[in-house]
Amino acid sequence: MNVLYFAWVRQKVGRSDEVIEHTPALRTIGDLAAMLVSRGGGYAEAFGDMKRLRAALNQAHAGLDAVLAPGDEVAFFPPVTGG
Amino acid sequence: MIANIHIQIEDFDVADEIAALSEDGPETGAVASFVGMVRGGDDLTALTLEHYPGMTEREIARIAEEAGGRWALSGITIIHRIGRLEPGERIVLVAVAASHRGAAFAACEFLMDYLKTRAPFWKQEERGGAAQWVEAKASDDAAAERWRKG
Repeated sequence: MNVLYFAWVRQKVGRSDEVIEHTPALRTIGDLAAMLVSRGGGYAEAFGDMKRLRAALNQAHAGLDAVLAPGDEVAFFPPVTGG
Repeated sequence: MIANIHIQIEDFDVADEIAALSEDGPETGAVASFVGMVRGGDDLTALTLEHYPGMTEREIARIAEEAGGRWALSGITIIHRIGRLEPGERIVLVAVAASHRGAAFAACEFLMDYLKTRAPFWKQEERGGAAQWVEAKASDDAAAERWRKG
């Protein structure tokens, strides 16, 4: 899966994207976020409070319960502030 | 209904965009538009806008399609700038052509409310050399939410 980070999420984790292999343990976006928190450091800072974050699956807004598949594009970002 | 969607660094010419929309069809009787600008004051030096290439275009297309389903529109133009913008610069244009003003006004406001809460853009403010991400506003969520009622 291709995982993308935007705005302060990108700054805290120190990268804009990375490839993470899909495994049965990573069933949902919430599972992926929990795995990222467990990395500690900037990841724990960025993903510690999921209420502050939003996610997208294959370029559409998605909830933490959205189910992942190999090859998916997942993105994490703060609530949007355009316009 | 034609939707023109552009994400760009460059500025846009409001008069040219409205003129182009007015030519969308003989049934067009109204064009309503909104221009958002960088608000100065509070020692703001500049805003930098980041977005999610790919999703931004798709999300705005979805929002435009929804507006086209709610109102009889002949055309929509949405231009959103990215990059570093200083106070007074234009950020966004939403312009809507329709047969009558009611649909044009309503769709323009709907598009702006949804753009603010759905399109993946993020603003960072610069003040005296320090940069800070803008927090999302509950009032923007409430503005978008009211379109769900009724």
